[in-house]
Amino acid sequence: MKQLVVISGKGGTGKTSVVSALAALGPKKVLADCDVDAADLHLILNPDIVETTDFFSGERPIINPEICTQCGLCSEHCKFDAISKDCSIIPEKCEGCGVCSFVCPVQAVSISPRKCGQWFKSDTRFGTMIHAKLGIGEENSGKLVTTVRNASAEAAKAEGAELVLVDGSPGVGCPVIASLTNADLALFVAEPTITAVHDLKRVHKLTEHFKIPSMAIINKCGINAEQENVIRSFCSEKDIILAGELPYDTVFTKAQIEALSVVEYDPEGMGKKMKTIWDKMEKHF
Amino acid sequence: MKIAIASGKGGTGKTTVAVNLAAYLDSLGIGISFTDCDVEEPNAHFFLNPDLNAEKEQFLPVPKIDEDKCIGESCKKCIELCRFKSLIWMVDAVLSFSELCHACGLCELACPANAIGQGQRLIGTSVTGKTGNINFTSGLLRIGEAMSPPLIKKVKELSPNSEVNIFDCPPGTSCPVVESIEGADFAILVTEPTPFGLHDLDLAAQLMKTLDMPCGVVLNRSGMGDDRVEKYLIDNNIPLLGSLPHSRTAASKYSEGGMLYDTIPGFKDIFADIWKSIQDQVSKA
Repeated sequence: MKQLVVISGKGGTGKTSVVSALAALGPKKVLADCDVDAADLHLILNPDIVETTDFFSGERPIINPEICTQCGLCSEHCKFDAISKDCSIIPEKCEGCGVCSFVCPVQAVSISPRKCGQWFKSDTRFGTMIHAKLGIGEENSGKLVTTVRNASAEAAKAEGAELVLVDGSPGVGCPVIASLTNADLALFVAEPTITAVHDLKRVHKLTEHFKIPSMAIINKCGINAEQENVIRSFCSEKDIILAGELPYDTVFTKAQIEALSVVEYDPEGMGKKMKTIWDKMEKHF
Repeated sequence: MKIAIASGKGGTGKTTVAVNLAAYLDSLGIGISFTDCDVEEPNAHFFLNPDLNAEKEQFLPVPKIDEDKCIGESCKKCIELCRFKSLIWMVDAVLSFSELCHACGLCELACPANAIGQGQRLIGTSVTGKTGNINFTSGLLRIGEAMSPPLIKKVKELSPNSEVNIFDCPPGTSCPVVESIEGADFAILVTEPTPFGLHDLDLAAQLMKTLDMPCGVVLNRSGMGDDRVEKYLIDNNIPLLGSLPHSRTAASKYSEGGMLYDTIPGFKDIFADIWKSIQDQVSKA
């Protein structure tokens, strides 16, 4: 069983469009959406949820106003500005460190487990999918990503699937680091823009840091020949296998509106291109 | 006035709107401070080309254990209390895993022997500069560092207060976005007319509701997809501040780091309308 994680550094380069296309190709697989902040893969794969599990991470303090004397010690010691002037917790800012409960002279703070979101096991037309929803403004998306990664690997083992295909999140921080843990291969979806190239180089440093081999797809070819060349030379310089190139084409948007992958929406055109890319990737796996 | 520019989805055009709005307002003679809060993937400098001062390293205070003072196995209070598992007991000493530390200060507060002092962890760098009359501030998260909010906070503190302050935010709806939006008077949510754009706009709009942040929407690449975003805005009573038409010329211009407001016909008027709408909304809020 191999785990392939699709990342880009910059958002909006076409990760999810590529993942949904690859989902329609290749061997029996399990899919995982690790963009837990703003997951979109389900909009194409239309999953049928089989299991829902609450995700708890860290703790949530509650200040009992009956006991609280408004002494302000908790607010003074909170490094996250998560306690308002009237001594109530601002959940979006609270990191659940427990300082407030520690410093409270009258034990007005009670601590309970913090529900940050949910994760799901679903059936889709391309196989089992593990996905999640982080609560609005919640933290610890990294831990939820890890939960999704572990559950998808377990599902793949149980089903005898050869591949776990992971839709990563944008950036280089906590959710991306969690997305890449235990990956066998990273696939970069790059676009020929000065900003996306900069971000590709940043996220590549991360895959180097974790010693994960990588491949790349250049998406939206045709808008900037110069930046396409920059990506090609970067790939050859860094031993990133270029799996293929896709043109700047509204077919991805049209497919998305129909809730289809491009392989289903345009089997003869973009579908064939994606098949060629997949065949090349499989050879190097 | 402080304006945050956010979006659930990556790649919808946050930076495009932020830099063009900043440059347009600057051309009207309005004093601008521009803060690139996307420290994982900062991109605004490609468009604004600021003259930058020297980069400054930014640190997070993390515990440093004084082994001579530490009373050791009989106590272990710091280890028991740390919610982030960043302190462990190993080879007869407290060992600090500073990578996991959130810098909440609880261990230092709790240590009965006063054995915990302040070490530091490098979280990234910050840089300030000027582009014409625009004050420019940005940060760069160290590769391998998971937590971006502390650096975002530092970058915002460094940004001088001007007549209009623009915060270019990272994508998503979790803690880095909450940190970036903090202190804003108004948020512009940038989206695109696609199912992914709509889905992630809805998440961002829910976050604004949670944070009690007045907001309006800029629709980028208008005409590329369907009209579900416009319907959503009407149904949810969210003002549409302006629409930037889908244009391959604009995509190419963007790809090379070019500005749009003064090069693409009609865009200057659109930014003028967006600015007018923002002022109307802020005076209402």
